[in-house]
Amino acid sequence: MTAIDTPITGTGHAEPAEAAAEPKLFGLIGEFDNVDDIIGAANAVREAGYKKTDVHSPFPVHGIDDALGIKPTVLPWIVLAMGLTGMTTGLLLTTYTMADWLPIPERVPENFEGYKFLISGKPFNSLAGFIPVIFELTIMFSAYTAVFAMFLLNKLPMMSNPLLRSKRFRRATDDRFFIAIDARDAQFDAEQSAEFVKNLPGCLAVEVIEDE
Amino acid sequence: MAAIHPGSTIPTVDTDNTVDDPTRRAPLVTGGLDFAGVTENVARVATTRPDLLWWSGFLVLSAMAMGFFTFIGYLFVTGVGIWGNNQPIAWGFPIINFVFWVGIGHAGTLISAILFLFRQNWRTSINRFAEAMTIFAVVCAGIFPAIHVGRPWLAFWLFPYPNQMAMWPQFRSPLLWDVFAVSTYASVSLLFWYTGMVPDLATLRDKAKSRIGQIFYSFFALGWTGSARHWHRFEKAYLLLAALCTPLVLSVHSVVSFDFAVAQLPGWHTTVFPPYFVAGAIYGGFAMVLTLAIPCREWLGLKHIITMRHIVNCAKVMLGTGMIVMYAYSIEFFVAWYSGHHFEQFVFRNRPLGNYTVGFWTMVFCNCIGPQVLWIKKCRENLWWIMFAAMCVNIGMWFVRFVITVTSLSRDFLPGSWAQFHPTWVDICMFACSFGLFGSLFFLFLKFLPVIAISEVKTVMPEAHASHHGGDHADAGKEDA
Repeated sequence: MTAIDTPITGTGHAEPAEAAAEPKLFGLIGEFDNVDDIIGAANAVREAGYKKTDVHSPFPVHGIDDALGIKPTVLPWIVLAMGLTGMTTGLLLTTYTMADWLPIPERVPENFEGYKFLISGKPFNSLAGFIPVIFELTIMFSAYTAVFAMFLLNKLPMMSNPLLRSKRFRRATDDRFFIAIDARDAQFDAEQSAEFVKNLPGCLAVEVIEDE
Repeated sequence: MAAIHPGSTIPTVDTDNTVDDPTRRAPLVTGGLDFAGVTENVARVATTRPDLLWWSGFLVLSAMAMGFFTFIGYLFVTGVGIWGNNQPIAWGFPIINFVFWVGIGHAGTLISAILFLFRQNWRTSINRFAEAMTIFAVVCAGIFPAIHVGRPWLAFWLFPYPNQMAMWPQFRSPLLWDVFAVSTYASVSLLFWYTGMVPDLATLRDKAKSRIGQIFYSFFALGWTGSARHWHRFEKAYLLLAALCTPLVLSVHSVVSFDFAVAQLPGWHTTVFPPYFVAGAIYGGFAMVLTLAIPCREWLGLKHIITMRHIVNCAKVMLGTGMIVMYAYSIEFFVAWYSGHHFEQFVFRNRPLGNYTVGFWTMVFCNCIGPQVLWIKKCRENLWWIMFAAMCVNIGMWFVRFVITVTSLSRDFLPGSWAQFHPTWVDICMFACSFGLFGSLFFLFLKFLPVIAISEVKTVMPEAHASHHGGDHADAGKEDA
């Protein structure tokens, strides 16, 4: 998996050795109130060697991808593939049903078969007339894919997330910016990491989030 | 959203942002609002109890919507004879209304997709409710052809599925193209609208006070946390959707125009129809955007987010597309004359002088003359004049569909098959009641959903941008507020 495909949300991870002793940690969040500070913080955290990090912001912050080291998503390729699938579907659907150029095996029931649909003396394979349907199916397949693949790659819907239990974190959809370090990060240490984030310029507060 | 650099340094309190100063960008959010201010302004509508105006408006509109469904029930048990449709004017009101409503939808997609690709940042304040308008207009549009098919319980025959009759739909027919175009358009618009709304639903989830509200918004926000990785894919998906919706919206009304242009009827069989219809759709759609935006920004207290500049920009787009529509009208007449085709020439003489002169001249006044007031800067910045122009276009764009559909059908090649079309009271009531369906859906949207794209508006505020190349300027954004 690339870095982009492992967001730090998620509840499924387990570290049984620690879990028995103390409450299992989900990670920590540091609060900031402007774009400059959060970009600075993201850079600092990345340079300090943290890998499983994230930024939560009320809107997409320009330049945060570089600061966090987020790699480009694979989404456009999935959409392209599904767009081509849609086009092929449209092409086959129209030409198969309106002409009988495809060899149909005996086992295909009669109501599945295409036939020579003669109307106004138009050619059976009137591709120009089929273009609207082919075009719409291309768009339909790719647009649906763009939406659903985006949500699936983002592992959404995810109704239970320890982050959402934090009162402070509610402002992540309003006017505050949060840097998050996942407890699964190799360098993560609740006290040291919290201290590190706290000392970043502009940091307003640090909160350690417990998992459940 | 990706490459937006408004770079405004003007204080935004009480700024007249309709002035164009080429050295700096006009602010798109005024009134000194900061991020929290924008959230508060928009979320207030959804998190407080509706006022009396909302209740009374909603009651009237939903009663009309009920009326609409009652008429549909009446139609189903009686048959299409309750309409004024006849031979040769078999299309009548249902198809006129279909084209009218589906055209209105186009402005929403234009604002959300095409203006996005063109990096027109001002779209962010109005795109959400323009998209809502699109979906509700397409809902109304979809109903009319479905009930016009005569036996609407068999409307599913339009879709290609293997059936016991061993028959396939006729893929060379524009009417079938319409099925694909409109269903793709409706569903993709809905997805586009919802996708853009997810981050704002998360905002409402975090702002909602009532338990029911929290559960409702949590469910539809899908657990959105504003993660940078999520935003990264979200923005990519949004860009792709915009790029897909742009040809889609142009294709939909082109296909609608094929319903006419592929037929051989004089007045319909012209190649100018697709661009003419698309321009007309955007013209009518922007008129509806203005009709809705101007009262809503006053009512919901959103004047600092939907600013005068937004209204003026919409008025300019409306004026511009109106000129394209006027050009198309004149080209139709020119080509009719230049073709030397007798039937074509007759139809175009018949429109201004024949059996539907009222329709034609209403159309000319409403679409070509009335909106010209917007050339004058004083009128363009006066809400009453803009409203006047928008209402002209709303009316005019219905009449243009009436003129195209009815005049051509009523006077085709054979004088023996000529006839006159008279709408019945059911025709008129159904059309009027379809506004009730549109309006009640829109009222529900105004009350329960984020009416402004909160997260997108924040991206076009100066504070949303890191000051360039490091240094000591953490407070650069705050000075603006």
